Amino acid sequence: MEWGDDIYTAFKDAGIDQVAYVPDAGHKRLINACIADNDIKAVSLTTEEEGIALSAGAWLGGQKCVILMQSSGVGNCINMLSLIETCRFPFVAFVTMRGQWHEFNPWQMPMGTTTKLALETAGCLVDEVEDPADVGAKAAAALHKAFVGQQSTALLLNQRLVPVKTFGK
Amino acid sequence: MSNRAESFPLHRRDVAKTILDASDETLFVTGLGSTNWDFTAAGDCARIFPLWGAMGGAITMGLGIALAQPQKRVIVATGDGEALMGIGSLATVAVQAPQNLTICVFDNEHYGETGMQETHTASVTDLSLAAQGMGIKDAATITDDAELSAGLDAIINGNGPIFRVIKVRAEPLDFILPSKDGVHLKNRFRANLLGDNAV
Repeated sequence: MEWGDDIYTAFKDAGIDQVAYVPDAGHKRLINACIADNDIKAVSLTTEEEGIALSAGAWLGGQKCVILMQSSGVGNCINMLSLIETCRFPFVAFVTMRGQWHEFNPWQMPMGTTTKLALETAGCLVDEVEDPADVGAKAAAALHKAFVGQQSTALLLNQRLVPVKTFGK
Repeated sequence: MSNRAESFPLHRRDVAKTILDASDETLFVTGLGSTNWDFTAAGDCARIFPLWGAMGGAITMGLGIALAQPQKRVIVATGDGEALMGIGSLATVAVQAPQNLTICVFDNEHYGETGMQETHTASVTDLSLAAQGMGIKDAATITDDAELSAGLDAIINGNGPIFRVIKVRAEPLDFILPSKDGVHLKNRFRANLLGDNAV
């Protein structure tokens, strides 16, 4: 998952100050890079919706915050995204996808198959990346769209980018 | 409706004014909904960001500001119902341990905007103990004027994170409403804190 390094580089280029996350295998490499960076506040959340409000607070305080989550976490965010839409806060989420490619767990299908629809319904501009070679450029574009273009954005990281989870079966 | 909260000695509008007037530097996030009206009545200003929605988000919004502005005191003033909806954020705050963050829960033991139904604090739930359990060591409950006076300096200047439950009377009050234009509220807060170029 070297593409995590490309997202981290995009964070540094964009001057990201806070990275909020719910622990996730797909984002593991990126999360560890952010924790190790003394110039980034890595904020572990108990639920993804905390990150929406944290991100808005960071912007009120003059900093830039991004959120890392899994597709199932998008479902936890819907009402809180009204804060982003109503106040037109810049917002960017990097979402590792489940329910798309060799999914072992049927419980991941409901949110995995509706993540894009749910985010768009909540006013978020959604892009997706499947080729690891495109991750860096698409991450930079999402950050630009959020913090320069002042939009609500998400970049979906296709399940083909993350290791297949089998629970040993 | 439980009657004990109707006889709590502290009046929420007085508490809000006391805390707002204690410093002209402090930044506030106020939660949906009565704490919005309390702080608007106390003195609507650009240091206050009132949440008209996003229930459960006040505490982490305050955390985001506190991490971004470590030299400024940030106070989250919210209700017991709003705090309960985002209760996990107390653990998130405890892990980050921002020294400049104070959380004041105005606890009238009822959902004020929806018909005064009891919240969980009316019977068995103790939010101060919950905060301690989440890892916020400096957590306590204030029940009267003497405790508020004695505890005011810690709320404004204490080494955070600080969590205070302030038991306030359940009472009908006039709505004193801030602007509900979210873009305006965001821009006035940023312009005041960061300068006109931030808008």
